[in-house]
This record gives sequence, C-alpha cells and structure tokens, in this order.
Amino acid sequence: MNTTISAKDRKAWMGLLASADDARLAELWRAFDHEPAFDWLRAPEAGGVMVRGRMGGSGAPFNLGEMTVTRCALSLADGTVGHGYVQGRSKAKAETAAKIDALMQTDAAETLRARVLIPLQEERAAAKEARASKAAATKVDFFTMVRGED
Amino acid sequence: MYVAVKGGERAIDNAHAWLAEERRGDTSVAELSLVQIREQLALAVNRVMAEGSLFDPDLAALAIKQSRGDLIEAIFLIRAYRTTLPRFGYTLPVDTGAMACDRRISATFKDAPGGQVLGPTFDYTHRLLDFKLAAEGEAAEAPTSAPRTEPTPHITEFLQGEDIIEREPMSEAQPGDLTREPMAFPADRSVRLQSLTRGDEGFILGMAYSTQRGYARNHAFVGELRIGTVAVEMEIPELGFAIKIGEVELTECETVNQFKGSKTVPPQFTRGYGLVFGQSERKSIAMALVDRALRWKELGEDNLGAAAQDEEFVLSHSDNIQATGFLEHIKLPHYVDFQSELELVRKLRREAAEAVEQMAAKEAAE
Repeated sequence: MNTTISAKDRKAWMGLLASADDARLAELWRAFDHEPAFDWLRAPEAGGVMVRGRMGGSGAPFNLGEMTVTRCALSLADGTVGHGYVQGRSKAKAETAAKIDALMQTDAAETLRARVLIPLQEERAAAKEARASKAAATKVDFFTMVRGED
Repeated sequence: MYVAVKGGERAIDNAHAWLAEERRGDTSVAELSLVQIREQLALAVNRVMAEGSLFDPDLAALAIKQSRGDLIEAIFLIRAYRTTLPRFGYTLPVDTGAMACDRRISATFKDAPGGQVLGPTFDYTHRLLDFKLAAEGEAAEAPTSAPRTEPTPHITEFLQGEDIIEREPMSEAQPGDLTREPMAFPADRSVRLQSLTRGDEGFILGMAYSTQRGYARNHAFVGELRIGTVAVEMEIPELGFAIKIGEVELTECETVNQFKGSKTVPPQFTRGYGLVFGQSERKSIAMALVDRALRWKELGEDNLGAAAQDEEFVLSHSDNIQATGFLEHIKLPHYVDFQSELELVRKLRREAAEAVEQMAAKEAAE
C-alpha cells in the first residue's frame, strides 16, 4: 500500500468520481478491465444529506434541502480500504468509485489515473468550459460605458 | 372526523387502473421518457426539487410523470420518498461566491465586476407563442465567447467595503432543521429560510407581491441574482476530511433594501436573501422579499400588521403539502360527522316549527 497519498489527492479523485456521469464512469471502468477481489465493509446504501447554505451567501448557516447520495466501503485483498461517496442513487456507481478509491492507493494508481481519472477530468473541464463560453456570449456590453484603459 | 368504512376496494382498484390508463393517454402517441422530462421540462423538475426539498432531477422527473404533471402531487411524492432515506449527515455550507454562473445580473450596479451575464433567460422575449416549437426541428446552437476565468464576487461585498450595507454576521451556529424538530414560534432566521425555500412558489410570490403593493413595503432592489452550479462538500468521519459529494444547481437572490439609521448608527442598507434549488428565479426573488419582511423585529422596524410580517401566518401556510393535505381531506368520507350535523339541524328545525305552532295556537286561543 502506498502511504504517500495526500488527503489533497484523495479529495480530488473522490470529488471527481462523486459527480461523474454514471454511464461514462461505468464505460471507462469497463475499459480499464481490472476487477479487484474485495470484501464489503459497508454495502452500498442510498441516503440523503442535508445541504446547507449561508444567509446572504456569507453569514450564518441554514438548511437548504437534501440531496441523494450513495455510499459504500470495501477492502481489497491486501487490506487497502476504498470509500465511495457519490451523488444520486446508483449503487453500481458507488461501488466503482470505492474500487477506484482503493486502487488509487496501490501500484495500479498511475494506469488508473491515466485511463479513468484524466479522461473524466478532461471531459468535465470541457463541459464546464462549453457552458461558461455560452454564458460569456450573453454578457452585456454597454456601449455607452466609458472604459478606463487609456 | 372520518371513520374507516369497509367496502369500496374493488372500486378503488378499478379507479387506480383507470388512472394508470389515463396517465398514459392515447397509446398511438409515443410515451414520455424520464430523460425527456428531465431535459425538456427542466424548470418543472427544478420546482419539484425545490419544494420537495430533495435535489435529484431523475426522481423529480419520475414524480412528474407519475403525477401526470400535477406538480404539487409530484412534490408530495418526493416528500414522501425523502422520509424513507437514511440521513447521512449535513454538508458544509455551499460557497455561492464560487458558483459557476450561467446567469448573473444586478439591478443596482451596471458595471459590476464580472458583468451582467443574461444566461438562458425568458427576459426580453416577447411572450408570443412560438409556433416553430409545434413543429419538430433542431434547436439552433448557442453562440459562444471566451469564458471568464476570474471569480465572480458577490455584489454585496463591494457595498460592505464601504460599510453602507448591513453585514451578515459570519458564524458556525447550528441552524434549526424543521425536518427534525417541528416548527416553533418565534422561529429564528435559519428556520424561516429553510421553510421559505421549500415553500409553495405561488404562496411566496403572493406574499412578496403584497410587500411591493404596500403591505410592509421594504423597497427592494435586486442587488444580485445568480444561477449556476456549486460544489457540495461534506466532512466524512471515516476519512477525517471533507470531500466533494456532488454538485447542485442553485438560484441566489440578494436584495438591497430600505436603509435605516439612528443618532448613533449612520444610515445603512438592509438585506433579504433567497436561495433555491435549480433555476428558480421568481421563487428566489420572492423568498428574498419575504425574508426581508420577516426580519422587521431584528431590524427594529414597526409591526405594521401586514401578513408578510407575520411569521406564524407565513410559515404555517407556505407548505403546499401540509396545505393540500388538510384541504383535500375534507373530500374523504365524513359520513358520521355529517350525520350528526344533519340530526342537529333537523332537531333545530323541528323545535322552531313547534314554537311557531305553539305561538299560533296561543294567539288563536286568546
């Protein structure tokens, strides 16, 4: 087991997996073609978490409403523990996320990163950028405005 | 009261079978899929998520299909479902300042840093029916432009720099949760906001409109309205740190309201706040106006006796599931109740008739 994994790295991949598209994650995982042996520490279960906001965006917290989350935990044959916390109600997605979380702590990490995480990350960045570009095109340019560049 | 009555099972089963058939409609017309509802009736899905108080677009789409498009029925289904979900915990408060904005406008500052971004809005459309939509066809692709990379700060931050608007005191106080404890009055602002964000859009809109028409007017400007997605993070005890567990689409409205001042405090603008799941613009503006009206006591304003200032009135009547449950129960069998009223009215009528007869007999005798 690789002990040099930082919480920051793990946060990054778990966050990416949490909001990944179910079908796309399943597809990349199938293509990775490596089903590890594992034992459940906690079988997948769907539940709700209460999402909080802040008054005025920056003040005291309040409860906004719930969202669905599915979680599970498993351990690989070598004892590496993987956790899956994903948005929505897909048990399969939580299971895949937990397996990836576990394998990312093993020697398989680099291949897995290249073949699953990086494609997910790039597609996600592209989708975000596509949306941001459409938003940018709806930005109002006031032609009466005096700009202060000169 | 209503009592359990035996019988009627067959009628009920048959009624439900017919309901299923009517829900499907003409079978020569293609069936609606959940993905179609989720993608093409997104604002209905948003409303069901906001008032159902559960962010899950697929479930909301299912509820809309099952309810034949009756959104309050769909909200009811979502509320019932969410009670079956184990609660895994509470998230960290979302950072709306870091929102990936699809839309962001300000009615108060033309040159707000980040600009006026209209997003996919109905504003400035002519509200003429578009018969092109009646025919099938591909939608035109939206134009694009170089995306912004810098953050889009909240507009109230600039006002706060000058201290010209009240500050939202930052705290980590535990907010009330009306899904855990029943509402009690007076309710603090955290509970009021939770109640307003899941309240009926029509009711909150009506209350907000009443303040604009003069019932506890508070002179609201939309300081900022933003719609977009934010990351949701939660502390995971078994990991010992917080991770992102997903993303939600939100609409946030910050109003800048009438100022107040005193001999010791210089005049300062006040604030109202709306935050709602999904693209729910009307609801979030209305929420901000009602939030502001309900803050009269903490801001030292007068109670003008307006409905929008009365938190018990607003919060007790804004939940459309409670309201519809109580309203619609009166259509259920009340045979025993009504029987006793019927007996009573007959008795009163009999007594009245007898009194008249006695009076007539007495007069005749005299």
